[in-house]
Amino acid sequence: MSVVTTAAVAPGFDRDLPRHVSLRQTWRDSMIMARRSLVKMRRTPEQLIDVTLQPIIFTVMFTYIFGGAIAGDVQSYLPLFIPGILVQTVLTGASAAGTNLREDMDKGVFDRFKSLPIARIAPLSGALTGDLVRYLIAGVITFVMAFVMGYRPEGGLFGVTMTMLLVMACAWALSWIFALVGVSMKSARGVQGIAFLILFPLTFLSSAFVPTETMPGWLQAFVKVNPVTHIISAARDLCNYGTFGTDGWLALGGAALVIAIFAPLTVRKYRTHT
Amino acid sequence: MTNEWAIEAHGLVKDFGEQRAVDHVDLNVAPGIVYGVLGPNGAGKTTTIRMLATLLGIDEGEARIFGHDVVKDAHRVRQLIGVTGQYASVDETLTARENLDIFCRLQGLTGKAIRAKGDELLESFGLTEAANKPLSKFSGGMRRRLDLAASLIARPPLIFLDEPTTGLDPRTRSQMWDTIRELVSAGSTVLLTTQYLDEADQLADRIAVIDTGRVVAEGTADELKALVGTSALQVTLAETADADEASKLIASITGGEATLSPESRRVNAPLSDTGVVTDVLVALRERGIAVTELSLQKPSLDEVFLTITGHTAEPTTDSDTEESAA
Repeated sequence: MSVVTTAAVAPGFDRDLPRHVSLRQTWRDSMIMARRSLVKMRRTPEQLIDVTLQPIIFTVMFTYIFGGAIAGDVQSYLPLFIPGILVQTVLTGASAAGTNLREDMDKGVFDRFKSLPIARIAPLSGALTGDLVRYLIAGVITFVMAFVMGYRPEGGLFGVTMTMLLVMACAWALSWIFALVGVSMKSARGVQGIAFLILFPLTFLSSAFVPTETMPGWLQAFVKVNPVTHIISAARDLCNYGTFGTDGWLALGGAALVIAIFAPLTVRKYRTHT
Repeated sequence: MTNEWAIEAHGLVKDFGEQRAVDHVDLNVAPGIVYGVLGPNGAGKTTTIRMLATLLGIDEGEARIFGHDVVKDAHRVRQLIGVTGQYASVDETLTARENLDIFCRLQGLTGKAIRAKGDELLESFGLTEAANKPLSKFSGGMRRRLDLAASLIARPPLIFLDEPTTGLDPRTRSQMWDTIRELVSAGSTVLLTTQYLDEADQLADRIAVIDTGRVVAEGTADELKALVGTSALQVTLAETADADEASKLIASITGGEATLSPESRRVNAPLSDTGVVTDVLVALRERGIAVTELSLQKPSLDEVFLTITGHTAEPTTDSDTEESAA
């Protein structure tokens, strides 16, 4: 390692340096970090096992467990179940965001990210954005499984595509909840435990599997405000009718609200956490 | 005064729970030099560097990098520094080139400049052949080189190196020393921490000796050695037969003890007044004792450290972490 570089380094004084990161640079840095996630996925494809196997198992398992018990006739209830299972599967994928972030942050490379003149949010938003690929894989496999089981969405390819986009966008938003858990806790194992405790009520206390009318009143109240319920309802509309209505807007509004609350909290925690 | 120092720190304090890791540290580092922070494990070196590099909050005191406050103006400071930590801060799962690619992009490079910068750095750090191997196949020295390469992408005027040679073999270590010297000759300022006294002695223009979170001495290596006070005279004789006579003679002139080295041709004598060297030479010549080599040595930094802190600085175990509580 000779000759580092012969050209002189400019002096550190009297440089005209921006004081803050611009929005443009924030976007750019986040995209570079998302790119890093994708390169990592290519290098360690084993981290995609969960989003590959889960949809296969979930789709078959939930359809036959709940379908048989609730509906009796599985086939005719696929339009009701598949969107619910889709949302649940993708959100389960999103719940790994905290664990992945924690494991990543424990490695030395995050020290470098912190010392670079980049947007503080970029390592977080980039990682979460890279996860969109995981959601895409999970979603596609869910639909393939559903198709094999006989599901023929009335909304057609358009409806299915729009469903995927909606669910991916909402999963990205909700993954900030798990990211906050990830940056707040010391060990990846702890993060995983808490993530499960958040994921289960969020997905099961929704309209995913059972008609909400069977639940007690207080539970129905939660189910109604749970953004996941609206995501599922919107997904059903899109898949089965190709329409986008109130539930769609409520789902997007809920997603925006989650980002507005959890993204700043996560960044703040990340900045102060050594 | 604020615009004169590359690093200016006043009364830095950092507590980890009950434990005070850094206890009112002051540092003034002029631009264009290698500044060594010397101290044993757990002395607060890493914590100090992390505070100066905006990686860690400051509990008390303040610090400026080229005049910019590290807390209030962190984004500006980050545009002026490169940081290489004790543990390689690079992505283990990626290859060397992929790592540099990401860091180049994050430093604002675009298009062909990314590839060109990557090539240049891989080349100058001898990593071209390993460019496309995943880091898991890299040796410790290679990782450290890649880490340093990544810190130099933006050509920062200030470079923090936290124990850059700990755990490296002697050959890699001396390569690292050469690299550090080159960085400074290109115009950068380097602040490095080390547990090795000879490293500080060899590299650093100025040294701060740090112990239990405090700066206990500061100055050039010579100034620090002068604190201990004495020099040592070494005379190598042409004939072994002269050894006894010569050592008695030297002892009588220097007024101290003179010791013979095992091969009995070299006489060592501590010296409080370097002026008597001439007297020694004249006396030896009068007795017809031939001398092949003569040297006047200042005490090593080891002795300095021992005198100042009351204990030695050499590490007990090489890979011990410092302040891992962070």
